[in-house]
Amino acid sequence: MHPSSPQADAPIAELASASPPGLLTLFLAFAKMSLAGFGGVLVWARRAIVEKHGWMTPEEFNETFALCHFLPGPNIVNLSVVFGSRFRGVPGAIAAFAGLLGPPVVIVTVLAILYARFGDIEALRRTLAGVSCAAVGLLFAVIFRMMLPLLKKRDPVSLALLVAVFVAVGVMRWPLPTVLLVSIPISVTLTMLMRRRAAA
Amino acid sequence: MSDTGSGSLFTLAWSFGLMSLFAVGGANSAIPEIHRLAVEVNHWMSDKQFADVFAISQLSPGPNVLIVTLIGYQVAGIMGALVATLAMCGPTAVFAYYVSQLLSRSGNARWPGIVQAALVPLSIGLMSASGLVLLFTSNTSWTAFLVTGSVAVLAFATRLNPLWLLVAGGLIGFAGVL
Repeated sequence: MHPSSPQADAPIAELASASPPGLLTLFLAFAKMSLAGFGGVLVWARRAIVEKHGWMTPEEFNETFALCHFLPGPNIVNLSVVFGSRFRGVPGAIAAFAGLLGPPVVIVTVLAILYARFGDIEALRRTLAGVSCAAVGLLFAVIFRMMLPLLKKRDPVSLALLVAVFVAVGVMRWPLPTVLLVSIPISVTLTMLMRRRAAA
Repeated sequence: MSDTGSGSLFTLAWSFGLMSLFAVGGANSAIPEIHRLAVEVNHWMSDKQFADVFAISQLSPGPNVLIVTLIGYQVAGIMGALVATLAMCGPTAVFAYYVSQLLSRSGNARWPGIVQAALVPLSIGLMSASGLVLLFTSNTSWTAFLVTGSVAVLAFATRLNPLWLLVAGGLIGFAGVL
């Protein structure tokens, strides 16, 4: 995103460590990016943290996000905790977590009340059915985008694992914990073996 | 909402709390397991209601994980909404905190890389399973499949704001052609 010459990077890096945000700032920043984030908060998180406030360099943000992506649970929630704690310890983590989840939870709860009340109205049911068809389409676009690098690499082991997990969870409907307790050790072992072979 | 006692709150907390620890790749990967728990195991809602709360969670601002807030409300009202949200986000947040502390201290950068690479195919497999499960809970006609397919192609090939595609889907549904 930014030119990677040292002259261009220096002021960003300086800015990234110059002004650590306070608790209220953390809460408000995460509340804002969360409320802006229709269909995913990540884009807004990057915009706010890297571009607007300069709290992290693009590299720091990518590293933090990569960490949060491999941890279990909602990635962006993990990101808020890791980010908040880096600047203000446990209180910072709580402030960012509360900012990210508090306001949208209030909104979603109001929507839940409305749905419980009016969910039987035929026109609303039809409209929601249309929205969920479109939302499934969006999900397929995301899946395909993530799958492309794997397809390009033509790595049979990864593709076999992908298909196995898909069939186990999507077709057989086996419980997620069981499937992952078997597939994670297999995948980690195979990844290690392949890296060792590539290095040798 | 006939059984709104502390028993169903406990079931919510326990089910979502345990499941979140296995939700590799975030909320979208966890959809099949959320569907299994909410529709098949606990009979909290029908397939149609599940498709509805998925639609609402995609339409509302905030992280997509808030589908569990809607399910929690359906089970046990406002307390249910809070308990489901905290159960889904709390344990993994604490876990993320400790792992990031550990990594910043040890500086051993080999293991995270291997685990991350190993989890990529698994989480894409889980997301594909999400797509399949949602396809069969929300799509009941050939026109519905047409909408899903067109949105998938448009979202992949263009830079359209996803919100417009959701609104377009809602309008098509409202018009009654699905």
